[in-house]
Amino acid sequence: MSRIRKNYENSFAHRFLVFVKGDKPLPEEDHVEEWRNRVAEVKETERTENANYIELAETDPYEDAKRFAQMSGVKVFRKIYYVLAVLMCLMIIGMLIMNVMYMPRFGSAETPTNNEVAERYLEKGSEETGVVNTVTGMILQYRAFDTFGETNVLFVAACSVMILLFRKTEPEKAPRKGKRKRKDAAAGNAPEGPSVSTADGQTEAPSCVWPPAMDTEEMEPAPDVILQNVARVVVPLIFLFGLYILLNGHLSPGGGFSGGAVIGAGLILYNAAFGFRATRRFFDEKVYDIIKVGSLCLYALIIAYYLFTGANGIASVVPLGRLGTILSSGLILPINLLVGLEVACTMYAFYALFRRGTF
Amino acid sequence: MDFVRNFPLFSILLPMVSGPISSVMSGKWAKRLNFAVVTVSGLLSVAALVYVLSTGEAYTYRMGAFPAPFGNEIRVGVLEAMTATFFCFVMLLSIVGGYRFTAVDVPEEKQNLYYIMLNLLLSSLLALIYTNDMFTGYVFIEINTIAACGLIMIRGWGRNLLAAIKYMIMSLLGSGLVLISLSILYGITGHLLMEQMHESVVKIMEQGTYTEPLTVAVGLFCVGIAIKSALFPFHSWLPDAYGYSTCASSAILSSLVSKGYIFLLIKFFYRVIGTDIIHQIQVDDVLFVFGIAGMVFGSVSAIQQTDVSRMIAFSSVAQIGYIYMGFGLNTEAGMIASIFHILAHAAGKSMLFISLNSLSDGTWEYANYRRLRGAAYRHRIAGLGFAVGSLSMVGIPLLAGFTSKVYYAKAAFGVGSTYKMLIALVALAISTILNAMYFIGQLINIYTPLVVEPEPGKVRHATATRIAVFMFIIVNFVLGMGSEPVFRWIQTGLAQFK
Repeated sequence: MSRIRKNYENSFAHRFLVFVKGDKPLPEEDHVEEWRNRVAEVKETERTENANYIELAETDPYEDAKRFAQMSGVKVFRKIYYVLAVLMCLMIIGMLIMNVMYMPRFGSAETPTNNEVAERYLEKGSEETGVVNTVTGMILQYRAFDTFGETNVLFVAACSVMILLFRKTEPEKAPRKGKRKRKDAAAGNAPEGPSVSTADGQTEAPSCVWPPAMDTEEMEPAPDVILQNVARVVVPLIFLFGLYILLNGHLSPGGGFSGGAVIGAGLILYNAAFGFRATRRFFDEKVYDIIKVGSLCLYALIIAYYLFTGANGIASVVPLGRLGTILSSGLILPINLLVGLEVACTMYAFYALFRRGTF
Repeated sequence: MDFVRNFPLFSILLPMVSGPISSVMSGKWAKRLNFAVVTVSGLLSVAALVYVLSTGEAYTYRMGAFPAPFGNEIRVGVLEAMTATFFCFVMLLSIVGGYRFTAVDVPEEKQNLYYIMLNLLLSSLLALIYTNDMFTGYVFIEINTIAACGLIMIRGWGRNLLAAIKYMIMSLLGSGLVLISLSILYGITGHLLMEQMHESVVKIMEQGTYTEPLTVAVGLFCVGIAIKSALFPFHSWLPDAYGYSTCASSAILSSLVSKGYIFLLIKFFYRVIGTDIIHQIQVDDVLFVFGIAGMVFGSVSAIQQTDVSRMIAFSSVAQIGYIYMGFGLNTEAGMIASIFHILAHAAGKSMLFISLNSLSDGTWEYANYRRLRGAAYRHRIAGLGFAVGSLSMVGIPLLAGFTSKVYYAKAAFGVGSTYKMLIALVALAISTILNAMYFIGQLINIYTPLVVEPEPGKVRHATATRIAVFMFIIVNFVLGMGSEPVFRWIQTGLAQFK
C-alpha cells in the first residue's frame, strides 16, 4: 500500500509532472486580475499581428506579376504542360515499341524463357503436384507464396472499399459515444457531410466527416419481371458452372480465381433481379464475415503448413491421389475451394458496397 | 536445419493472418492484436538477426517443396534482418504514438479496418525486405500500395480522399512500370529468382544479344520505384498524402512505406543486375542527377509552406533525394551511406510527425505555423521531440542526420570522377543550409514564449505519445553516436549480397 504523501503539491515529482504536461499553476486570488490582463495582452498582440499580416498580404508588391500569372500565365503554362505530356507519352510508346523489336521472337524455340524451368513445369508438373492442368500446379504448388499474396491483395482491396463506402444502417444503433459532432447533428444544429476545403486549407473541418448513414432500401428500383424470370433460370446454372470450375481447377482450365468470379457474378445477378432483402436471406454481413475470415484463415493455415514442411524437408501427409480424379492433387483442391469462396464474396461485396454501402 | 531459420517466414505470415482475424473484431481488440503482432514480428526479426550474425553468412529459405529456379524463395542476411527489425520497431512506436489521434480521427466502426491495413502493410514490408524473387516483390508492392492508400483515406476529410486518389494514380503508374519491366526481364532472362536472373543478365552483357531490352527494363524499374518513393520530379502526390493523414499514418508512410520500395531497388541493383552493369548502362548517373535535384528543390518547396505538416512532408522529398544521390555515387560507401540514411530518416521523420501532431493539438486541427507559436510550452516532450528531429534533419552533431551526412561526404570523396565529387559536396552544403532555414525557423517559432490560447478542451495529453516520442529521441541519439556497429552490419550485409 502506498501512503498518501503530505504536501504533494510542492514535491519534485508533482512539479516535474506539471512541467511535462505544460499546465500552468493555478493563479492565486490576488493574481487573477493580472492573469486576465496577460491573456488579453497576448490576444491583442496576436490580433495586431494578424492585422499587419493581412495588410501586408493586401498590399502585394508583386500584384501585377501575380495578375498576369492568373490571367494568362496559367493558361500558357497549361498549354505547354499538355503538349509536353503528350510528347512524353509518345516518347514512352515509341521506346516500348522499339524495345519489342529487340526482344526475343515470340514462339521461337531459342527464346530464353524455354529453359529448364518451363521444361520441369511441363514434364514433371503432373507427377510432382498431381494435377492435369499445369497452370494450377504452377500457381498453387511451385509458386504458392505468390498466389497467397494475390489473394490477400483482393482482401485488402475489399477492406479499402469498405473504408470508403461501408455504412452501418441499423437504426437501433445509438449515436457514437464521445462524438460531439454526432450529437449536434441529432439536435439539428451542425452541418453534416464532407466539408469543402479551400485551396489555402483554412476551412474549419470537423474531426471526421463521413456522410451520415442513410437507408437507401426504399430507393431501390422496382423489380423487373423479365429480369426475374431469366434470373430464375440462369442463376442456378451459373452457380453450378462456377462450382464445376472450382472443383475441376486441377483437371481442366479454371481454378479458384475464375470459379470464384463466376459464382460472384451469379450472386450479383440474383441481387440485381430480386433485391437486397431477398439476398440477405442467405447472404448478409454475418455470412460474408464468416466466409471471408474462415476461408482466408484456413488458406493461411494450409499455406503455412505447406511452406513449413516444404522448407524443412518434412514429408507432407496429404496424399496426391490418382492423377485425373476429382479427389486428387493433395492441397490444391481445398486451396482452390477456399480461394473461390473468398473471390466470390469479394466480388459480391464490391457490388453491394458500391450500390448501397452495406449488405 | 535450425528452427530459427523459420522465423522470417513466421514474421511475414503472422501479420497476414491477423488481417482477416481483425476484420471481425472490435476496434479495441484489433488494436491489441495489432500491438501484439507488431511486437512479435519485431522479436522474431531480432532472433533472425542474432542468428545471422552468429553464423556469419546469409541463407536462402525455400518457400515450399520445390528448390530455387522452380519455386519461391526468401533470403535472410544481416542487412535484411537488421532492416526488418528496425522497421518493426519504428512501426510499433509510430502506432503507439498515434493511438490518441487514431481514436479521434478514425470513426469507431472503422477502427478495425485501420488496424487490418497496418497489419497487411507490415507483412508486405517484411516480404519486400526478405524476398529473393522479383515477382513476389511485385505482389507485395501491390499489397503495400493498397494498404497505404487505405491509411491515407481513413481520416475521411475531403482532402484525404483527394490525396488518396492522387496517390493511387501515381502509385499505380509506378506499379505498372515495374510490372512491364519485370515482364521484359523475364522475357530476356527466363527466370524470376534473383540469383538465376543475375546469371542470365551477366551472360546477356557478355554476348550482347539483348542489351537494349535490358537497359529499357532497368530504366522502367528505376522510374517505377522512383514514382512510388517520391523522387523529385514524381513527388506531386507526397505533400497531401503525408501532410493531411492521421498521425500514425503520416509517420508510417513517410518513414517506412517508401523505404520498403527503395530496399527492393537496392536488392535489384546488387542481386539482379549487378552494380558494374548498372554503371555500364549509366543508370546511376541519371539517378544521381535526380537525387541532387530532389535535395535542393524539395527543400526550396518546404521553405514556401505555411502549413508545418506540409513543410515536413516536403522535407521528405529532399531526404529521398539524398538516398538516391547515394545510389548515384554507385560505390560501396555511397550505398552504405544511403542505407544508413534510410534508417536515420525513418527515425527522425516519424518522430517529427508524431511531435507535430501533438504540438498542433488545440490549434483548430491545423498545423499553420502562426498557430504553433509557443506550442512547445503546451507539450514539452513533443517540443523536445520536434527539436531533436529537426536538428537531426539539419545535421547537427550527435544526431543521426549528422552521421549520415558525414558518411555521404566520405563517400563523395571516394568517387572516381571529380565532377561527381564536387557536385555531391556542394549539393550537400546547399541542402544543409536550406534544411536549416526552415527547420531552425520553425524551432524558434515553437519556442517563442508567446502562448496562444488553445482551443478549449482540445489539448490531448497521452502517455503513449510521450513514451513513443521519448523512445524516438533515444533512437536518434543512439544512431548518431553509436553508428559504428550499424555501419559494420550494413557493410557485412552488402558484402553478403554479392
